[in-house]
Amino acid sequence: MNDATETIESFVQSDYKYGFVTDIETDSAPPGLDEDVIRLISHKKQEPEFLLEWRLKAYRHWQKMTSPSWPMVRYPAVDFQDIVYYAAPKSPDDAPKSLDEVDPKLLETYEKLGIPLHERERLAGVAVDAVFDSVSVGTTYQETLAEHGVVFCSFSEAAREHPEQVQKYLGTVVPFTDNFYACLNSAVFSDGSFVFIPKGVRCPMELSTYFRINAAKSGQFERTLIIAEEGSHVSYLEGCTAPMRDENQLHAAVVELIALDNAEIKYSTVQNWYPGDAEGRGGIYNFVTKRGLCKGARSRIAWTQVETGSAITWKYPSCVLLGDESIGEFHSVALTNNCQQADTGTKMIHIGKDTRSTIISKGISAGRGQNSYRGLVQIKKNARGSRNFSQCDSLLIGNRCGAHTFPYVEVGNPTSKVEHEATTSKIGEDQIFYCNQRGIETQDAVNMIVNGFCKEVFRELPMEFAMEAQKLLDVSLEGSVG
Amino acid sequence: MFKIENLHAGVEDKSILKGIDLQINAGEVHAVMGPNGSGKSTLAQIIAGRDGYDITQGTMEFRGRDLLDCGPEERAHLGVFLAFQYPVEIPGVNTTYFLKAAVNEVRKARGLPEMDAVKFLQYIREKAKLLDLPGDFLKRSINTGFSGGEKKRNEIFQMAVLEPDFAVLDETDSGLDIDALKTVSHGVNQLRNAQRAQLVITHYQRLLDYIVPDIVHVLHDGRIVRSGDRDLALELEKRGYSWVAEASATLPA
Ligand SMILES: Nc1ncnc2c1ncn2[C@@H]1O[C@H](COP(=O)(O)OP(=O)(O)OP(=O)(O)O)[C@@H](O)[C@H]1O
Ligand SMILES: [Mg+2]
Repeated sequence: MNDATETIESFVQSDYKYGFVTDIETDSAPPGLDEDVIRLISHKKQEPEFLLEWRLKAYRHWQKMTSPSWPMVRYPAVDFQDIVYYAAPKSPDDAPKSLDEVDPKLLETYEKLGIPLHERERLAGVAVDAVFDSVSVGTTYQETLAEHGVVFCSFSEAAREHPEQVQKYLGTVVPFTDNFYACLNSAVFSDGSFVFIPKGVRCPMELSTYFRINAAKSGQFERTLIIAEEGSHVSYLEGCTAPMRDENQLHAAVVELIALDNAEIKYSTVQNWYPGDAEGRGGIYNFVTKRGLCKGARSRIAWTQVETGSAITWKYPSCVLLGDESIGEFHSVALTNNCQQADTGTKMIHIGKDTRSTIISKGISAGRGQNSYRGLVQIKKNARGSRNFSQCDSLLIGNRCGAHTFPYVEVGNPTSKVEHEATTSKIGEDQIFYCNQRGIETQDAVNMIVNGFCKEVFRELPMEFAMEAQKLLDVSLEGSVG
Repeated sequence: MFKIENLHAGVEDKSILKGIDLQINAGEVHAVMGPNGSGKSTLAQIIAGRDGYDITQGTMEFRGRDLLDCGPEERAHLGVFLAFQYPVEIPGVNTTYFLKAAVNEVRKARGLPEMDAVKFLQYIREKAKLLDLPGDFLKRSINTGFSGGEKKRNEIFQMAVLEPDFAVLDETDSGLDIDALKTVSHGVNQLRNAQRAQLVITHYQRLLDYIVPDIVHVLHDGRIVRSGDRDLALELEKRGYSWVAEASATLPA
């Protein structure tokens, strides 16, 4: 038939370079879930009593729930009794006191991932919390941050050191009753990051958490809580990778953001969990609940995500715009290649007056990938004068992939306005040939076109990570062209 | 320098080019004229290596290289350039970025070092001046939202930047206003030298007042039915294509 079509079609086989396994002794719970496992997790982390109670309540509630069937993704039922809910690198001391006590193999792992944790090689201007399986192995720049009153530590540490804050805010944005996976997370969550920015403070550097699943059969259930007090400002980035394994692994995280009056939280994700091989074997099931509460007037929460990994992604970072004149933003690039499936989007719930939200979603499908945008814009009766603008663009590479858009809009008052634009385009043979004619190879041409398509979103990422995201996209599209 | 012999090509079961012979020597400019649908763009696309055409017979070579054996990017690296009749839009891809990639790919293929960003910027600014392009042109996405005439001008700008040894211009004059036609022709003429060649496809003899060809060919129904000097273009303008078509009907098929 047509060679050019075939060339574009043959964009399969991404080369996942983070697929290595670290050979490290782990301390883990046996597979399966019951109240004893939850008690064990809580005990290992030396948590305060209220947290254990909360976990148990969530667990009891979860047992009455069933997993959701509405997303446009297909996968065999997950056997929750076959998952390891707690795995931690075994170190002489239960928790390393400083990075010097961290197993060198672990530090090596993060170095391989491009995240040096050593004092002398740290990423300039970025504080990093590294989470390995169920525990945080170290957080850099903690002292510098403390000088500004900023708390940036693992969730476990926060539960011990700042229990009042944790108790005050935990579950206020995503209650454990919210949904099946959020509820499971509430019962078994292992680690994650905690950020507290006091009143009026502009966080002096980017904060970043790097998640790594290593142990086989283990699930990762991290929980992140970010609180920005009045007039404060923080930019936070999470990155994630996992080894290549034939079986699927579950990742069910919860992220809660709270912005008080005039506060601003920018939350960026570069998600690169192992996507599975070209035949769809293995890969991470990424079922995540992320929600931000613009609690105060004129507060602002901006989600930016670049999703290239996972076998299945199921994720809707949302904003509840409670404060008057608060602003919610969602910028997303989701790429599905081979057999990957992504059902992602956002929810913007306008409650306060004169609230604004912007949604820019870019879906890219290649191979047999299926990409769905699912978004809800809800303007409540009292949210007078509110505005939303949504733009959902889909780009198809080849003929076997799919793009789907499910925008839900509810406008509860006549003074608000919602605009929605959607486009679907295919990387044309004409575009590829045009690039070829100028001397640019097909693979590079595709990368260039895809990067051009995502430009509006990359612009939202912190500089250092925009480059990273672009490279990641190139790698994810790497295939057998020519 | 460039030679096509007995080229037959088509799509599926439709034959479009039915035995083309064409030889262009270094330093020459040839023009191809012919009615709509006669196969001019097909010829241009096949020279550039577009997929999707079945080439059933014939040969094509450039400086001794068998072009039919080269992919489109290899041909570009060898110095073959096509100014498209309908240039595509590539949203989000900055023109400067794109051209830098193009120039460096060509340089890489020729074993030359890459041009650094500062030098490259200087270089294209000069070229932009040559074609009288507004400054924001370089920052815009390739052809995105450009007017018809701007797209054509952008093609010639790219040609000026890439300095190809063999350029095929497919109706670059269509859609250009009279001033733009002069600037574009000037850009094309600047490239002309004893080592290079050009093939100019047009419907209007007016262009040939500015880009003066050595030889004019008339393409009709997939064949070159007549070749001559530039007076042929003038005569065509006066008498129309039916005149050559009738004349060619008497030629052996
Ligand atoms: N990919 C294709 N599939 C089907 N038909 C094609 C294809 N490409 C060209 N043709 C047909 O081949 C013939 C020649 O087309 P071509 O575009 O080469 O003409 P042209 O001489 O450039 O015409 P114009 O002066 O209008 O630009 C036309 O009948 C056209 O419809
Ligand atoms: Mg044509």
